[in-house]
Amino acid sequence: MSRAKVARKSTSIDMTAMCDVSFLLLTYFILSATAKQPDPLDVKVPSSTYKIKVPEKDIAILTIGKDKVFFEAAGPDIRAATLDKMGEQYKISFTPEEKKRFSVIASFGVPIQSLKKFIAMDAGERKKSGIETGIPADSLNNQLADWILQSRKSVAELHSQGMRVSIKGDGSEGYPTIKKIVDILQKQKINKFSLITTAEGK
Amino acid sequence: MAELDTSSGGGKKGGKVRSKKASTKVDLTAMVDLAFLLITFFMLTTTLNKPQAMDIAKPDKDDKNDQKLELRASQTMTILLGKNNKVAWYMGEAGKSAPNIQNFTEIRKSILDNKQKVKATTGKDIVMVIKPTAGANYKNFVDIMDELNITGIKTAPAIDDENITDAEKSFLKSQGLL
Repeated sequence: MSRAKVARKSTSIDMTAMCDVSFLLLTYFILSATAKQPDPLDVKVPSSTYKIKVPEKDIAILTIGKDKVFFEAAGPDIRAATLDKMGEQYKISFTPEEKKRFSVIASFGVPIQSLKKFIAMDAGERKKSGIETGIPADSLNNQLADWILQSRKSVAELHSQGMRVSIKGDGSEGYPTIKKIVDILQKQKINKFSLITTAEGK
Repeated sequence: MAELDTSSGGGKKGGKVRSKKASTKVDLTAMVDLAFLLITFFMLTTTLNKPQAMDIAKPDKDDKNDQKLELRASQTMTILLGKNNKVAWYMGEAGKSAPNIQNFTEIRKSILDNKQKVKATTGKDIVMVIKPTAGANYKNFVDIMDELNITGIKTAPAIDDENITDAEKSFLKSQGLL
């Protein structure tokens, strides 16, 4: 009896389609990953073993470093509404174009008096010009408190939710600077806030 | 697909010099490997890059309501954060026992020891009071909160940067920590 012959097949598979798909995915992930804006204030965040993620919505981030404070509210709608309210309070009127430009700026640190000039610049100029001196936060001219208050109002109106405040401080920053900011928060009855840290293995 | 027809002029007769037919099939395995490696990297970084949050609650600071809650001395451990990444801690009341000065690497053991001691003698959980002084920096503060988390202290620590007593201040000054 003759045995049934098994046809020998080549073991090499055509990888072309697989390669196409994987590079398509790769392109997608690269493009979606680099959308983050660089921080204007360079801070080195301390690490901790806490595993709670920072929410992306309804949050304000105060970046503290080199004795300066930068402010960031999450979400373009909140930013625009906050700018509206701040303009009203400080008697500065912003055009719709300026509001639109402002709503895409993540973190900023300029006194409101020079905010108009700041908005008009492009990203490269902003960093170079040295205009970013931090938001004034002393007791005579406490614009930071106003920014926080107005953004809280905006979040409450637009999203009907309480806003969280988080502090992103530089590790070598002296405790008195942090305490000054925390005291501003506590004046507004914000007794609970989060400190942003980076992950650390146990 | 990744193949080109290279058999041009194959059917001709005659003794012409023929170039050697090399297969144009490229081995894509390595390329696919690399692509998937990069995909994995980008996928992980987009989701893992999110910063972590440490929730802090501070005591309500009401100007009108100035009441203070007394803590039981037998179950209280106070940690003072000083200059040069040093901490000073003592159990019980201020001034009664001399504070111990330690590094951040050593404090974990002390916290655990005291936690057990308090549990054994009083049957209650330890209460932590953290007093960051003007000499401390932000990293020290985050570190000590992290230590409490690691050592599993469940009761909320009291963060008290207002009521640093004169005895504590003079002690820190004498040790060069303020």
